[in-house]
Order: sequence, then structure tokens, then C-alpha cells
Amino acid sequence: MKVLLSWMREFAPVDGDPSALADTMTDLGMVVERVETIGANWDGIVVGRVVDLRPHPKADRIQLVDVDRGDGEPLQVCCGAFNMTVGDLVPLATIGTTMPGGLEIARRKLRGEWSNGMICSASELELGEDADGIMVLAPDLDVGSSLADALGAEQDTLFDLDIEGNRPDALSVAGVTRDLSARLGVPFELPSPSLSELDPAASTGASVTIAAPDLCSRFGIRVLHNVSVGQSPAWMANRLTAAGMRPINSIVDISNYVMLELGQPNHTYDLATVSNGHLGVRMARAGETLVTLDDVHRTLTADDGVIVDAGDTPIGLAGVMGGASTEIGEGTTSVLLEAAVWDRMTIAKTSRRLGLRSEASTRFERGVDPMGIERALDRFAELAVEICGAKVATGSVIEHGNLAPPVTVLVRTDRVNRLLNTGLTTDEVAALLDPIGFEASPTDGGLMVTVPTWRPDSSIEEDVIEEVGRHHGYEKSGKRVPTPEQFGRLTPHQLGRRRIRQALLADGFSEAMPMPFLAPGDLAMAGLETSAITLSNPLVAEESVLRTSLLPGLLKAIGRNQAHRIDGVRLYELGRVYLPSADELPDEHEYLAAVASGFGTGTDEESEAAAHAAVRSLHRMTADLGLSGVTIANAEVPGLHPTRAGEVRFRGRSIGSVGEVDPGVLERYQLSGRVAWLQLEVLPLVDALASVPKYRPISLYPSSDIDLAFATADDVAATDVASTIRKAGDGVIRTVQLFDVFRGEQVGEGRRSLAYQIRLQASDRTLTDEEVAEVRQRCIDEVERRHGAELR
Amino acid sequence: MIDELNTIETSAVAAIEGATSLAALAEVKTEVFGKSAPLAKAQRSLGTLPPEDRKSAGRAVNESRGRIERALDAHRSSLAEAERATQLVAERLDLTEVPEGATVGHAHIVTQAWQALEDVFVGMGFRVAEGPEVETDWHNFDALNIPPGHPARDGFDTIYVDHGRPGTTLLRTHTSPVQIRTMLDQEPPIYIVAPGRVFRRDTADATHMPVFHQLEGLVVDRDISLADLAGTIEAFTEAYFGPGFTSRLRPNYFPFTEPSAEFDIQRPDGSWLELGGCGMVHPNVLNAGGIDPERWTGFAFGFGIDRLAAMKYGVDDLRELFTGDVRFLNQF
Repeated sequence: MKVLLSWMREFAPVDGDPSALADTMTDLGMVVERVETIGANWDGIVVGRVVDLRPHPKADRIQLVDVDRGDGEPLQVCCGAFNMTVGDLVPLATIGTTMPGGLEIARRKLRGEWSNGMICSASELELGEDADGIMVLAPDLDVGSSLADALGAEQDTLFDLDIEGNRPDALSVAGVTRDLSARLGVPFELPSPSLSELDPAASTGASVTIAAPDLCSRFGIRVLHNVSVGQSPAWMANRLTAAGMRPINSIVDISNYVMLELGQPNHTYDLATVSNGHLGVRMARAGETLVTLDDVHRTLTADDGVIVDAGDTPIGLAGVMGGASTEIGEGTTSVLLEAAVWDRMTIAKTSRRLGLRSEASTRFERGVDPMGIERALDRFAELAVEICGAKVATGSVIEHGNLAPPVTVLVRTDRVNRLLNTGLTTDEVAALLDPIGFEASPTDGGLMVTVPTWRPDSSIEEDVIEEVGRHHGYEKSGKRVPTPEQFGRLTPHQLGRRRIRQALLADGFSEAMPMPFLAPGDLAMAGLETSAITLSNPLVAEESVLRTSLLPGLLKAIGRNQAHRIDGVRLYELGRVYLPSADELPDEHEYLAAVASGFGTGTDEESEAAAHAAVRSLHRMTADLGLSGVTIANAEVPGLHPTRAGEVRFRGRSIGSVGEVDPGVLERYQLSGRVAWLQLEVLPLVDALASVPKYRPISLYPSSDIDLAFATADDVAATDVASTIRKAGDGVIRTVQLFDVFRGEQVGEGRRSLAYQIRLQASDRTLTDEEVAEVRQRCIDEVERRHGAELR
Repeated sequence: MIDELNTIETSAVAAIEGATSLAALAEVKTEVFGKSAPLAKAQRSLGTLPPEDRKSAGRAVNESRGRIERALDAHRSSLAEAERATQLVAERLDLTEVPEGATVGHAHIVTQAWQALEDVFVGMGFRVAEGPEVETDWHNFDALNIPPGHPARDGFDTIYVDHGRPGTTLLRTHTSPVQIRTMLDQEPPIYIVAPGRVFRRDTADATHMPVFHQLEGLVVDRDISLADLAGTIEAFTEAYFGPGFTSRLRPNYFPFTEPSAEFDIQRPDGSWLELGGCGMVHPNVLNAGGIDPERWTGFAFGFGIDRLAAMKYGVDDLRELFTGDVRFLNQF
């Protein structure tokens, strides 16, 4: 909402430094985003008349314009705009002028032709944002006079306000001024329009019926005769331009002016085109059609409100846009003027469905004052008399739909002070509310407050307390830090999550945060189960599925890096996946996943490294977290290399997977090399972190080492052999370390040698050579028996 | 005897000094001090001397032995030193050969900011609450005083998912549903913050992402006022941003708070930063959370984490945060 200070001053003597006024409005919740001084520096800019137009001989995009500045000696100016004709009055910046934006105007040559000044656009004059063409001035100005004098444009200040959705009253100059003057303590007054009316009465030639009372709470009309539609006077055109609206013609401009001034959108019909001067209000019938003012043929639904003529034919889309058939034209002499208030939801739905957001629909959606329509009708008529020479028919016609009764609220002074941390008396509360139209009468413990009809957002005690706080000033509530009785802390789960992140960082994994949305084929491409939750209203198909695995997102991240020739990437993510469920909400599971790229592509040893690197990362993580009992079981895992993958088992169940991503998956994701993969559920890990390890005494007795190498089939898991050794050790084996794996002719096809170093130590005695030999033999026997292995 | 000793000593010292390595010196030592060496023989011959000469001859032998030993020690030291010097030169390493850049992982800047914020609020006595990212429309809207058809629902650009009755399950548009879940779970007093991932149906650009992160705060206690809200925001501002940062509240509108405010942070240079929204919890929201608004009052606040994180490092395009490009991730 853009508001001119001079306009505000018509309602209240708001004085002072504009930036201080801006701060005050911001503090009231009408945030001033920009303060602009306009009409400030027009020295040297005069009203010129276009005398001749001709093409530039050497340039297509500029033309030569002869401009008379009142002395009968036209100046040639090169101009890049084409929106004027001979006879138009235009703002001419003469040689030596410094433009508001700082540009200095000098005599110069453009492609060989002299330019003796500049013809200005509204934006160059800082009169508005219109930079499309030069600003064509009203034809009644004196040629040669200074622009500032001609436009009556004294220095003025423009405030650009950001108005929140709960303040429809502040979508008008008057409303903003009411709020500001209340805070400043200056009197605010809306002048009553003065009208001389002529017979016959408006009601003899025009009428209204409301058949949809929920759609329209109040509908008012006036009739204006003898209207001559022309250009608006400069002062009005200037104000509209400053407010960001383009002047069109006097009737449209008055309509917009009244809306900006009072916040009441209104509409004009050419009375001659409205049969019997009758307007009806009803809901549209599905499939009904209407050509709107923008000449678009619209098909309506039963949720749209319409204005119909005496023949029940729609001639306007209620609150959103008028119809083309009754539009004001050059031949219009009698105007039927409408000011109505519409149901907020209906307008919101229709304007959204049709993609038609206008100044009017925005106001109706937020709530227009139903008791403001008489003033708007009168103000329009007053201006139409002044500008268009209109004769106003006597009286207005007002019809009612379902009008909500005024809201009254009990406001307890104690409640006000407790919520705002203030010490206001009941009288002081009333004094803060009165200037903004909240009528308060004392009652037991506080005030009975009647909410003004222009504040549809305000309906409960707290709403009114907000008004008190706003006008008293939030800063007067002070600052106090509450002291909770509890102490702050993270939960074990939250602490555990941090430890897991730390462990992954220490192992060289950087944290990625891919979007949790997948494209429809992503899961299948990753070799994963494809059932997943889909978005009902995705923005794009590529982001229409909720992830059920962290794999696709991380693979895409590797792809992004490989596309920039970066390999050897280590990334992790800790986040949620969303699984379909029969419950009220989907199952959300928290996982961590880590990927590493940059491993070789062949069948040589290098290519094995990816799977092994993944396992090493698992080991590092469990060591870092101090978890024991995490094991790997070679297994086929969807998405992973069928012979290089395993389940991660912990406390009797699978908690994740580890290994190498299936080369087929990598091919479909267009990744090169091999990719290491580790995924674990977070919950069992953080649960285990809560348990505190129990101290075990360190043995004081000497230890002895034995080395054993076994030839086993390839599909015997090395950890199974180690675990057999440990069990055979009868409590005296401290560590079992696999130190060599060897394949070759000596071992035979499909077999390999596994060499373990075993450290024996008892906690209560020195082991004898005989005992060591015994344990050694037991280990050999057990491994040979259970795993079909032989000692080498 | 003396002459003989002088000859022995001279040749022994010559042999010692002629040794060019510690190994050779060890051999010379055996030769010079061995049982059959001239010095040992001279020692043994002392017994054959007349008693009156034995004493002086014995002293002479011992002195000679002492000088030879000193010569041996001196030469051993110098040889050892030379050998050490040679070895050290041979072991030369250029420490700048080691390539820069260790393989440590880098925490995501959103996680860094998230954890720093959690720590600040934990220090102020808050607990950290969490909730589901896929939510019911009741928790996300109705309970927060945004009933069906409320115009504010449009403003959230909600993403719905195909689950349950159509239009009832959504990706939470803010972390505020955690307020409701906490109130339903727990009796007041309540002091929580709820960081988390939120979703909007927004096309990604430099300043908007369809997926981003917020931190929500909720306090419900006896006699909580606007002053407690302003004080909490101020304390957080100084704790998180540092000394010299202050804050202000200015009126604003949110359906779930009344009165509502926007809070701005003022940097030490005087410039302002709009950070987030806040206000006193709306009585309808307390009621939805099963809390009697006449007995308890509260405040809530919320702001975006990603923007804070991006601002701290001067990242001007939020999309960078989510590509997984290590050239971005590993800068921080």
C-alpha cells in the first residue's frame, strides 16, 4: 500500500519528519518499506507541446520530436518513446536540468542529430514506476509553465507500506491515517462529502435485489447523470500514479481514487446498458458464461457470485471483475455506481480459481467495512460532480443480505496487564482504544468493547489486547527472561545423534542434505522396492515421490560431483525416510547412510576396495561409538552388489546394510567406478549408547601368541572362523586377528587361506606350554570340523 | 721401560685414531687392551722389576693406559658424531612434500547452525522437542487456529501426500505442529524449542527452497507475558549472535498468536535483520493443546535456520546447500 503524506493530511494533521512518521507506522505494524520524496527536484522541467514528430534518419529506436516550450521556437529532441502524438503536452527537461535521479541534461548529438533536452517518463520524474513511455500530461496545462506549478505538485512524501492480512482497514489512506493519528494523538476526521442532489430519486431508475444473502451483506447504488468521461485533473492523476495505479479516464480514476482513499472497492455500469437499471445478486449456475472487462470469455461455477441484470443474465463477477457488456465508454452519460461488500471466502476462491487478483478482490478477501459503502458512494458522487460535471440523482439505494451484528468483547484490565506486562488503568485502556474506533464502556473488571466494523479480524479479548499493546507500544512491555524450573538438556537420542555425526566426520564423510523427494523411477533404478508415498500436488514430476531410502539421493550427489570431475568423494546423510503405513501417518524412520566413490572399475584388487572400505567405516564407527557385538552377515541386499554385500546385525536383528552398490544400479545412475555403501538405523545405535560399559580388570599374567592358517572354501565367512576360534579358546583367548588372506594355486580353486594371530592370556595364572598347545589343537579341530577347513 | 711404554702408547693411539668406523674402533680396542696386547705385557712385566722401581713403573703404565682410554673415548665420540651426522643427512625428509588437505568430513552448515541454536536454548533451560515431518492437517492447521477455508491456509503453499483421506495428510509447512504435540503430551510449564525440516510448494530459487529448516520455540507457564517473549528473544540474540546484537518486536499478524509480532535483530553497526515471527499463544491454540488459557499463558516464536546459516558464511544462493557438491560442503 502506497500512501502520500499530502493525502493523509486531508484527514489528520500528521506532521513531522517523514522518517519519524515512517518509524511510527512500522511500530504500529504497518511496516514502511520505503520512504520516497517526490516532486522534489523539477527545476528546469517545463510543460512542452509536441509540434512535430519524424523518424530519425539513422536510427529505428529513436525518433525526432519538436517540442514547443511556450516561446514559439520548437526544440528538437531525440526520444526513445513513441507514445505521443502531435499536440500532446509532455514534461520537457531543458538543457542544464539535473534530473531527480541525478542525470544532467546537456545538449548532445545522437547519431548525428542534435537533442536539446529530454522528454520524461513518470519514473524519470520519480512520480511513479511507469517507465514504459513518456508521461503525457493533461491537455489543459499552460505550455511553458514549470511542471511543478502546472501539476500543483508540491514536495510530497510517499510511504510504501507492507500491510498484514489482518488489517484490511489499513488498505486505505484513511485507515492508515486513523491508526497513525491515534498514536500521534492528533484528531482524525473523515470529511462528509457535500452533495447537491437532483430529482428524480435514484430509486426510480435503479433497483437491487439480493438473492444470495450469504454472498452479499450490503449492496448500495447511486445514479449519476450527465457524466462526461474525459481525462482526470493532474492532482488526481498524480496521486494515482504515485500510488502505483495508471490513470485511465476520469470515471475509472475516481473509482480507484475512492478505493484507495476509503478502502471500498466500487464498480460503475453504463446505466443505458443495464436493463431497467436493475441489478440482482445471486450465486452463479455451473456452466454459465460471462465476458469480463478484459474481454475474456469465462465459464462460471456454482461457487462464484454474480451480478445479474433484470433478465437474470450475469453482467459482472461479484467482487472480482465487471462484465464487458455494461462497461463505461466514451458515449456513456449516465452511470450506475455500485458499492457492495462480498463474502470473503467466495471472493478468495473465485479470484484464485480464475487467477484474477486485483486491488478490489484483495480488499474483499481480507474484509471490507460493510458500513462504509454510503460514504464511498457519496465521495464518488462528489468527485464526479467536480470532475465530470455529473448531476447526482437523489439518494442511494441500499439493500442488505446477511449482515453480522457488531462484535462486543469483554476486556479485563487485569488480563491486559498480565499479557502485556503493563500497569494500565481501565481508563487508559479505553483511551488507547477509542481513537481507533473501538468503543469501550466500563464494566465490572474492565471494559465492554464494541469492535469497529472495519476490523473483521478482531473478535476475542486477545485481539483487542493486541490493539492496546500496539498503540501503547510493544517496547513498553519491557524485556524479562523467564526462568524455567527445569534444566535444559538434550535427550539421549539427540546426544547420540550428535555422536554418530561426529564419528562419521572423523572418518572423513562430509554431510550432504539431499532433497527427500524422488522422481518416479528413482527407486526402481536403484534396485529398491518401489512402493512409496506420492505427493498429491507435486510441483514437478521429478520431485513427486517421498524417499523410502537414502540411497538414490546420495547416488545423485555422487553423480553431481563426478559431473565436475570430482571423485573420491565421501558423503553421509542422517535423515528420515517415509514408509507407507496403515496408521494415521506414514512411518518415519531415521537412518544414517554413507557413500564413498573413487574406487577402481576392474575385477582387480582395487575394485574390491569399495566393499571393504564400507566395512572398515562400519568398524571405525562402532569403535568410535564404543559398541560391541555389531556383526556382518554376508547376504543379498536390494540395491547392493549380490556377492559383495552384507546385513549389519546387532542385538539379534538386522539394523542395516553394508557393501558395494550394485554395478547395474551405478550404470543406471550413470556413475563410474565402484561405490561403497553403509546404511544403519539410528535408533538401535543411540539406544546402545545409553548403556555404560562395565570395567573388566586387566590381566597381570603374561600372554602368548599362536598363528594358525586355514584353507577354507571362499563362501566361509572369515568372521565365522574367528568366532569358532574364540569359542574353542575356553575363555583364555583375548584377541583373534585376521592378518593375511591368500588365494592361489597352492590353496586350490574356490578356496583361500585365512591366517589368524591368536593371543592367549588367562586372568588368574600364567598359561603353561601344555595349556597353550591344548587350546591350539582345539582351535584347529573345531575350525576344521565346523568349516570344512584344513590347517596349512 | 718408559721408552717401551712410550712406543706402546704412541702406536696404540695411532691405531685408535686410524680407525675410521665405530666397528673398526671396537676391533682396535680389543687389540690395544687385549690380554696379549703390548700394554698387558708391560703390566705383567711389572712383577719382574726391582721393588723400588715397581711403584713408579706401575704409575707410568696406569697413566699410559688412562691416556689411551681417553684417546679411545674421544675418537669414539667423534666417530659416533660423524656417523650420526651422515645418517641424519641420509634421512632427510622434505616435510612440505606431504600434500595439504586431510580427509576429515565437514558438518553441513545447516547442522552447524541447528546445533549451535540448540545449545543456546538448552543453556537457557529449554528442552528440544521433535515431531513428524509428514503431518495431519489438524496438527498443521486446525489446531493452530487455521480452520479449513481460512485464507492463511493458501499462504502456506502446502504439499499434500497420498495417504489416508485425500487432503488430510501433508508435509508440515512449519515446525508449529510440534507445539501442539508437546502441549498434548506434557503438562505446563513447557519450555521447548523444536528444530526441524519443513516443506513448501515453492519453486527453488536463490532465496526459497521447497524443503528447508525452522526452529520453533514454545513457552507455556503461569503469567507469561509479552515481556517474557521480548526478553527471551533478546537473550537468544545476544547468546547466538554475540555481544552488541539487540532485538525488537513490532506488531504483525499470525493466526496462531495474539498479540503477534515480527522480531528483528539489530547488528552492532545499527542495521536491522528481519528474523522471524512470534507472539503470545492464541487461546484457541492453547485449547487445542488441552491447556486452559485462563490458567496458563504462553509465547511462541519461529525462524528459518538455513537463512541464518547461509548469511553467516555469505552464501547467496540457498540451492547450494542441497546439491551435495563437495566443493561447497568442504568449505565449512
